[in-house]
Amino acid sequence: MAQANDPFVSFKGVQKSYDGETLVVKNLNLDIAAGEFLTMLGPSGSGKTTCLMMLAGFETATHGDIELGGRPINNIPPHKRGIGMVFQNYALFPHMTVGENLAFPLNVRNMAKADVEDKVRSILDMVQMLAFIDRKPAQLSGGQQQRIALARALVFNPDLVLMDEPLGALDKQLREHMQYEIKHIHENLGVTVVYVTHDQSEALTMSNRIAVFDDGVIQQLADPVTLYEKPENSFVAQFIGENNQMLGTVQSISSGISTVKLDSGHIVRALAVNVSEVGSRTTLSVRPERCSISVRKSKEMSVLDARIEELIYLGDHIRCRMKVAGDDQFIVKVPNTSGQLGLEIGAVLQVGWQNNDCRALDFNKPI
Amino acid sequence: MADSHIAPLEPITAADGTPLKKKLAQALFRSKVRAVSLVVPLFAFVMVSFVIPIFALMWQGVYNERFSKYTPNLTEQLTSWDGLTEPDEALFAALVADLVVAKKERTIGRIATRVNQEYPGTRSLFTSTARKAKKLTPPFKESVIKVNKKWAKIEVWRAMKLTSQNLTPAFYATALDGRYTVDQGFVQQNENRQIYVTLFWRTFMISASVMGLCLLLGYPVAYLLATLPLRTSNLLMIMVLLPFWTSLLVRTTAWIAILQSQGVINDLLVTFGITADDSRFSLIYNMTGTIIAMTHILLPFMILPLYSVMKTIPPSYMRAARSLGATPTRAFIKVYMPQTIPGVGAGGLLVFILAIGYYITPALVGGQDGQLISNMIAYHMQKSLNWSLAAALGGILLSGVLLLYWAYDRVVGIDNMKLG
Repeated sequence: MAQANDPFVSFKGVQKSYDGETLVVKNLNLDIAAGEFLTMLGPSGSGKTTCLMMLAGFETATHGDIELGGRPINNIPPHKRGIGMVFQNYALFPHMTVGENLAFPLNVRNMAKADVEDKVRSILDMVQMLAFIDRKPAQLSGGQQQRIALARALVFNPDLVLMDEPLGALDKQLREHMQYEIKHIHENLGVTVVYVTHDQSEALTMSNRIAVFDDGVIQQLADPVTLYEKPENSFVAQFIGENNQMLGTVQSISSGISTVKLDSGHIVRALAVNVSEVGSRTTLSVRPERCSISVRKSKEMSVLDARIEELIYLGDHIRCRMKVAGDDQFIVKVPNTSGQLGLEIGAVLQVGWQNNDCRALDFNKPI
Repeated sequence: MADSHIAPLEPITAADGTPLKKKLAQALFRSKVRAVSLVVPLFAFVMVSFVIPIFALMWQGVYNERFSKYTPNLTEQLTSWDGLTEPDEALFAALVADLVVAKKERTIGRIATRVNQEYPGTRSLFTSTARKAKKLTPPFKESVIKVNKKWAKIEVWRAMKLTSQNLTPAFYATALDGRYTVDQGFVQQNENRQIYVTLFWRTFMISASVMGLCLLLGYPVAYLLATLPLRTSNLLMIMVLLPFWTSLLVRTTAWIAILQSQGVINDLLVTFGITADDSRFSLIYNMTGTIIAMTHILLPFMILPLYSVMKTIPPSYMRAARSLGATPTRAFIKVYMPQTIPGVGAGGLLVFILAIGYYITPALVGGQDGQLISNMIAYHMQKSLNWSLAAALGGILLSGVLLLYWAYDRVVGIDNMKLG
C-alpha cells in the first residue's frame, strides 16, 4: 500500500499502563493512511484492543500523542472525534428499533428529519436490511445484528471506522461471508478502517496492512503477502499460518544464506533474516506447504531424513506429521496426486525444501 | 414440499398404538407427582397461616353476627319491620325479652357496643335499660320509653335493624366516609366526621412522595454500585445493606434524635445562625418526619432492584452512544435510562406498596398529620375493637394496591419488572 503524503491516523510514541507498574502498550509508533484497511492482529492481552480504545477515546494514553487528520486528539472526548465504531457484541440499543438505532447518530447531530429518514433508508439498503427497519435488535439473528451495527457506524459518514472483533460471535460460514462484505463496503466507500482481531485468516482476507501485536509491541507491520511469505521474527512466523520450527546455532553467513547446525547435529542452510553473527542461536522456520518428500539434495535444497508418524487425509492434501531432526511435530502438506498415495505410517523417507524458503529468525523456544 | 405442511388428520400415536398425548402424560406423571409433593407443605403452610386468615378477616368486613347472635327475638321482629313506621308493641316486647337474657348471660356489653358502632351514643341506653329490664311490665312500649326517652326515637330502632343484618355494606360505607341507612341507602357522612377518605388520600400522597424521593436518591447510588470497581462497590453495597441489619425501631428512634426540635439538625442550624433559637423547625411528629424516616427505611428496596438491572447493562452501550456523537448526558438519558425502566418499575412498585401499608414508623414519628391509614386500621383492631371496620379499611387498601398493580401491568407490563 502506497503511503499518502500525510498519515491520516498517527500514533507517536504511545504508551499505556493501567496499574502504573506494567506497560500494556510499549512505545507504539504507527501511521495509517487515509482509505487504508489496517488490522491489528494479536493474541489476547497483546494490547491491540487497548490501542483501539485509545484511538476511540475511551482510554487515555499514558504517554505519547495520537493524531487524527493532523491534529492531536488526546484531549478530545469520544463524542467529538467523529469516529464510527463497531463493538464486539454489536451494542445495538435494545430499546430502539433498527431504524431508531440508525437515526441515533444523525439525531444527535441535529440533522433535519427528512434527511435522517433518507440516510437511514439508503444505508439500510446498502446492507440489504431495509425490510427490518421496524424490528427490535433482539428479533434479529447475529448476522443481521452485525450488519445493523456496521450500518450504524457508517451512517453518519465518518472518515474513520473502528471495529473491535466484530465477527467473533458469528459461526464460521457467516463470518467468512461477512468478511467479504466488510471488504467490499470498505472498497466502495473509501473509508479508513482500523480492525482488531485475533483471527489471522480474517486479517489476511480483508486487510491492506496488518500490524501483528505481541506483548504491547508491533512485531511486524506489513501487507498480508509479505507477512506470510517473509515473517521477520519467529513470533510472526508462528502466529500467521503454520510453520515448522527448528532450533540451531549459526555456523557461517555468506551472501545472505546462513549455515545452521541444528541441535540434533544436522547441518542445513537457510535465508539469514534475523540473525546477526556467527555463533548466535536461531529459530529456523519453514512452511509445511514448501516442504516436499523424496527429493534429492542439491545446492539450493536442504534435505533431512524423516519418519512418518501420522497421516491425516484432508481431500486436497494429505497432512503428514513426521519425525525430523529429533522433532516429531514436523508437518508436511503433501498434495493429493496419484503418486503420493503410497505413504504409510512408519515409512522412512527424505524431506526437503529450498534454502530460500527456510528463514533463520530470532531464537525463540517454540510453544 | 407443500404436502409436508398439512397436519395429519389422525392424532399421532406412539409405537404401541396409544395416542401420543396420553403417552406423554403418563410418562410425565411421576415427575409431576414428585414436584407437587415437594410443594405441598409450603403451600399448606401458606394457606393456613396467610391466605385463610386474610380471607377470614376480609369476610368480617361485610359480615358481622354479633347483634343477631345475642338478640334472637328482636332480630326476628326487626327483620319483618319495614323501618319506616313507628315500632310497635311486639318489637318492644322482643327487646325486653332479649335484654333480660343478655343481662343474665352478660352479653349486653357486646350488643351495646355493636349498636354503638352504628349509632354512637347509645351504649349507656342499652346497659341502663338492661339493668331494669327484669322489673318492666307490659305494655312494654310505654314502660321502656319511661326508662329512657331515647327509645321513642325511630333512629335507634333503625340502627338496630341495620345491625341485625349479618351481611352488611355498612362498614365499607363507614370506611368511605359514608353511612348506610334504612330509609335512604348510602348517604354522605357529616363533614366534621369525614376522616377516612382524607386519610386514604394522605396515605397515597405520602407513599408517592416516599417513592419519588427513593428514586431520586437511589438512582445515583445504584448507578455507582453498578459501575464502580468491584472493591469500591462492595464497600458501598455493605453501606446500602447496613440498615437491614439494624432494628427498624432503632432506626426510627435514631431519626427522632436527629430531627426533634432539640435534636442534632436543629441544634446545628441554630449554631450556624441559619435559624433563630425560638423558631426551630418542626421536622418530626408531622408529615415531614414520616416522609424522611420512611424514605430512609425504604431506600434499599429501591436501590437493589435498580442495581440488579443496571448490573446487566454492559458499558459498551454507553460507549457506542458516545462514539456515535452523543454527549455523556445525552447518552445517559437516551440510551442508559430507558434500559433501567424495569428496575425503576420494580423498585417503585415495591417501595410504594410497602409504604402504603407502613405502620410502625408513622406511628412513632408521624404525630397528628403524619398518620397513615394503617395506623387507623391498627386503632380499630386494638383500641376500638371494631374489627369489621378495620377489615373494611384493609379491604379498600388491598383493592387499591391491586388496582395500581393492574394499572402498572397495563402501562409498563409486569414482565418488564425485574427484582433481581
